[in-house]
Amino acid sequence: MEHILEVSHLSVRFGKATILRDLSFHVPRGSSLAILGPNASGKTVLFRALIGAIPFAGTVQWAPGTRIGYVPQKLDLERDVPITGMDFLRARDALASRRAQSARRGSRLPAGESDTTILRTLGLVGVPREAAAQPIGTLSGGQFQRLLIAFALVGAPNVLLLDEPTAGVDEPGQERLNELVRRLQQEQALTVLFISHELSVVYRYASNVLCLSRERVCMGPPRTVLTPDLLLEMYGTPMDYHVHDQ
Amino acid sequence: MTNDALVLSVAMAVAAGLVGCFAVMRRMALAGDALSHVALPGIGVALALQIHPIFGAAAMLFFGALLVWALEERARLATETTIGVVFSAALAIGSMTTSGEDLIEALFGGAGELTWTEIVFGLTAAIAVVVFIVRQRNSLIVMLVSPEVARTAGINVRRLNLLYLQMFALTIALGLRYLGVLLMGALIIIPAATAKRVATNLSGMLITAVGVAVLATVVGGHLASRLHRETGPLIVTVAAGCFVLSLLRRQS
Repeated sequence: MEHILEVSHLSVRFGKATILRDLSFHVPRGSSLAILGPNASGKTVLFRALIGAIPFAGTVQWAPGTRIGYVPQKLDLERDVPITGMDFLRARDALASRRAQSARRGSRLPAGESDTTILRTLGLVGVPREAAAQPIGTLSGGQFQRLLIAFALVGAPNVLLLDEPTAGVDEPGQERLNELVRRLQQEQALTVLFISHELSVVYRYASNVLCLSRERVCMGPPRTVLTPDLLLEMYGTPMDYHVHDQ
Repeated sequence: MTNDALVLSVAMAVAAGLVGCFAVMRRMALAGDALSHVALPGIGVALALQIHPIFGAAAMLFFGALLVWALEERARLATETTIGVVFSAALAIGSMTTSGEDLIEALFGGAGELTWTEIVFGLTAAIAVVVFIVRQRNSLIVMLVSPEVARTAGINVRRLNLLYLQMFALTIALGLRYLGVLLMGALIIIPAATAKRVATNLSGMLITAVGVAVLATVVGGHLASRLHRETGPLIVTVAAGCFVLSLLRRQS
């Protein structure tokens, strides 16, 4: 399969409200897809449908061997629990090794011996070891987002789903996070699907963009899809945005 | 306390400490505390049918856990209201089906002779709970982050939630003999709440919660027999004392 994800005629309803209607698109392996849309257009719902966490109509087909790393926007977690970044990463890593073992009869290190995987991942996302050894409540917003990305990476994914990964992070921090994701994508040949409100980020990082709005759905490269008319239609106000040729 | 009683109560406390940690971190302290109330009608019916009350209690707790599980799938607010209504109603109905000495013992726990049935049930259940928490520790931790993340990690979230709630219910059943319907929830929640304040990592939290639960059970049980009082209230008072002490520590 050339595409890592094929979605056809996907619809999601909550009670009487239709959140997503007859959505069809595909994602080439190694590409990055930005999902854009006004509030309540169903961006997070789309992600939840893609991982099978909610019931839907239509088909969502991931290529065989797909492992998803999910970085949610909203966490169930209270930040005051006495659990360290390492505790979380070790738990996630142990599950990943268990899965790999049952799939491939133990071609990976057993849990507990693979702190090396965790430390390497922490280095990759730029969270210092000392910070990871602290309870998660002590981390800054940016560090915590990095930790969540590390958490997703420990499962050795080939697809990352990022739901507004830079929300609540200051501007320089956002820049660094976006660069981090791009670097990871290149180094690890990941396919990335990300939800964003930032048009500049979409222009810079996305190979394709999927626009969700009540009226219509469109998909294509950012420069062809994101016309002033469409932005006006999606957000209701003219967006003052200029594309600079690099 | 006899040796049997000591071993059994320590086993119960270990289970309560471990289960409580995840209850507190999952913010289900209230639901967990109230869940114990459903045991009362079960005890009443069991006494009427002349079977061991523990089995009536366990059966009702099983259904109570199933109810919490089904509700948790829906909105959280609805869960809280329903728990408030259903579990209080269970307490009211249970109080009518049980009476006199039996009622007091069911509500606060009692010190009567231990039967073999109880010892075997208690130890088996305690071991089951401890094994469950130890084996599912990683999945439970990942599930704390978010159910979606847990899904992508290959966890069957619904099934694990149900299993956890059943283990919680089993822990309550274990402690009814010593703490009764009204107070058993407290032995699960208070040590874990204490540990949450004091600990700085996961192992620290689990060990502290178990330590506080065992300490409260042993010291409380000992005081109860010295002072000729019911065990349950003393155990919970000792645990609450530990919690108050933990408040002295400034939280980072």
